[in-house]
Amino acid sequence: MPKLIKQNEILDNDWVLLARDHEGAVPTGRHLVPLDLFLADSDALLARNDIGVWLDSDQGPEVLEPFLDRLTVIAINFPKFVDGRGYSYARVLRDRFAYEGELRAIGDVLHDQLFYLKRCGFDAFAIREDKDAQSAQSGLSDFSESYQAACDQPAPLFRRRNA
Amino acid sequence: MYKYDGYDKRIIQERVDQFRGQTERYFNGTLAADEYLPLRLQNGLYVQRHAPMLRVAIPYGMLSSTQVRKLASISRDYDKGYAHFTTRQNVQFNWPEIKDVPDILQELAEVEMHAVQTSGNCIRNTTTDQFAGVIADEIVDPRPYCEIIRQWSTFHPEFAFLPRKFKIAVNACPNADRAAILVHDIGVEIVKNAQGETGFKVFVGGGLGRTPVIGSEIRSFLPEQDLLTYLEAILRVYNRYGRRDNKYKARIKILVKATGPAEFAKMVEEEWAHIKDSDTKLTPEEITRVKSFFTEPDYAELTDEPETLVAQRAENKAFANWLKRNLNEHKKPGYAIVTLTLKKTGTPPGDASDKQLEIIADLADKYSFGEVRVTHDQNIVLADVRQDQLFELWQEAFAAGFATPNLGMLTDIICCPGGDFCGLANAKSIPVAEQIQLKFDDLDYLYDLGEIELNISGCMNACGHHHVGNIGVLGVDKKGAEFYQVSLGGDSGRDAAIGKILGPSFAREEMPEVIEKIIQVYVEQRQPEELFIDTYNRIGIEPFKERVYAKAD
Repeated sequence: MPKLIKQNEILDNDWVLLARDHEGAVPTGRHLVPLDLFLADSDALLARNDIGVWLDSDQGPEVLEPFLDRLTVIAINFPKFVDGRGYSYARVLRDRFAYEGELRAIGDVLHDQLFYLKRCGFDAFAIREDKDAQSAQSGLSDFSESYQAACDQPAPLFRRRNA
Repeated sequence: MYKYDGYDKRIIQERVDQFRGQTERYFNGTLAADEYLPLRLQNGLYVQRHAPMLRVAIPYGMLSSTQVRKLASISRDYDKGYAHFTTRQNVQFNWPEIKDVPDILQELAEVEMHAVQTSGNCIRNTTTDQFAGVIADEIVDPRPYCEIIRQWSTFHPEFAFLPRKFKIAVNACPNADRAAILVHDIGVEIVKNAQGETGFKVFVGGGLGRTPVIGSEIRSFLPEQDLLTYLEAILRVYNRYGRRDNKYKARIKILVKATGPAEFAKMVEEEWAHIKDSDTKLTPEEITRVKSFFTEPDYAELTDEPETLVAQRAENKAFANWLKRNLNEHKKPGYAIVTLTLKKTGTPPGDASDKQLEIIADLADKYSFGEVRVTHDQNIVLADVRQDQLFELWQEAFAAGFATPNLGMLTDIICCPGGDFCGLANAKSIPVAEQIQLKFDDLDYLYDLGEIELNISGCMNACGHHHVGNIGVLGVDKKGAEFYQVSLGGDSGRDAAIGKILGPSFAREEMPEVIEKIIQVYVEQRQPEELFIDTYNRIGIEPFKERVYAKAD
């Protein structure tokens, strides 16, 4: 079973990801629904409590604004780990829209990106299946201090340095 | 100079440990080569034609003598005994072993140095004027702002995987632009408004490479405290909307061209409105704190033109020549800014041996408060030299091979490592530089020609900044053979301009003669006191074209 790192625990990831071009109904059980499918039937899907929505790297998060207080899981896809758009999407969701539900990184999610992902507001990480989640988890704490403000530390170092 | 505190030390040490772990995983096979690649690039490690290359950051070009000595010992212990200063105020080692790089980074960390973000698709080393803090006509010292940007950009979690590399340069001098800010992704110009407050004029989308572009102004006055939030807004817009489908169209200049500067500015302003008053807004305390690291050294009360100097200059022609060419005026009476050139004929431009590095460190300690600056034209600056010690310094520098009095002259060539070292190059660049230096070895003639910037790049990536050379030379590949395309009229300063291509390219052996013909046209056509670039701007490219491509009778 694929693994999910969440709140520093390694869990079995039993969420099913529906492909971006999925057509038809969303089956029962926990599913991550692609954005367009979600928007097409948002009320019904939100009435279920086993649904999350996922954004691809070319889909900005602004369209989700009206649903944020009812969404409990948003996933952002990294088709390749070098595609860094998802970091900005996460910050918009957390900082601008104050989204408080789970923010999950999916796709090419690897050890060496976890620290930056965490700083940008991700709190769940679906580690790529061929990688060892246990060993990847240490990537969350590569650094114990950072210069900039981000979601995990809203005060930049310069506001704390002389405090 | 900026000094690390416990926080800075911890962050850099944790980076070394992180990279050591990544390198171990790469060697034991749990980190694939393509996964390791962007990680090693963000630590300045390339794999080149012959060997790996490690690029070490020199934040805004400042080095202490201790750091220079460390570079010397690293070049001796892990490399072939020399280092190469680049066109972006960094330094490169051309022959390290990958397995040694974590140890090299550890040694660098001991002297508050690193290779963080010297490559990769992230925010690179922020550069500025090599004369910052010592020239009279700057608005304020730009280095504190560079340091503030350095800290903000170091491991910025949101901008580690941008569409492409990202370079920021800062200028604070209203009459000159030695930082070439108009050919950077972001150019920051320090200005004062009518109320006398410090702020920034912001340019975006300049750059060299395949598509050379001069940056566009998107804000005429940004208040001082808003620097970081505004940069963050620009970067966020770029990170979200910059192209990722084609690496040659991924720089911010292509996005700015596509949207137009006005629309781009609007996107930035909209983004900025959300974060303008966040905690990232700078505090006056922080600006004061960082400024406190860039205070004046303990200058003596002196007067300009001391008698000893006047006498030495009168007695020694070579010394007088060097003074004329390699000195800049210092803001303090009795001091001078000295440029040591790394452009001796027969040595690749920008190269310095371990021994030379140690001599530079000694000279800095003896004559310039233990500080050294690196310039984007690959020379070394001692910024605070007493005028009554210039003669002594000159004698020592001459003996060590870096007092060639050709600063700003035709033979002070900016040149990338080229096909001799670089895996990207189409053609060699260093031998071309050497041929030209040999052809023009008469100093009196060079002085008569005056300032001419000649820049050579071995490929389109334009590390030798050929687009903005008054004379630019670009290595091209023609059916497997190395050829050179020549452009004229480039300028990296205040009146930044991209050079125009002269015509079909030349074989390497033709190059000295081609340059000679271009120079002949200038000499024949110039008006009194007219620089090469001004003659070119007056008469245009045609006369040069006619002469260079004239059929032999």
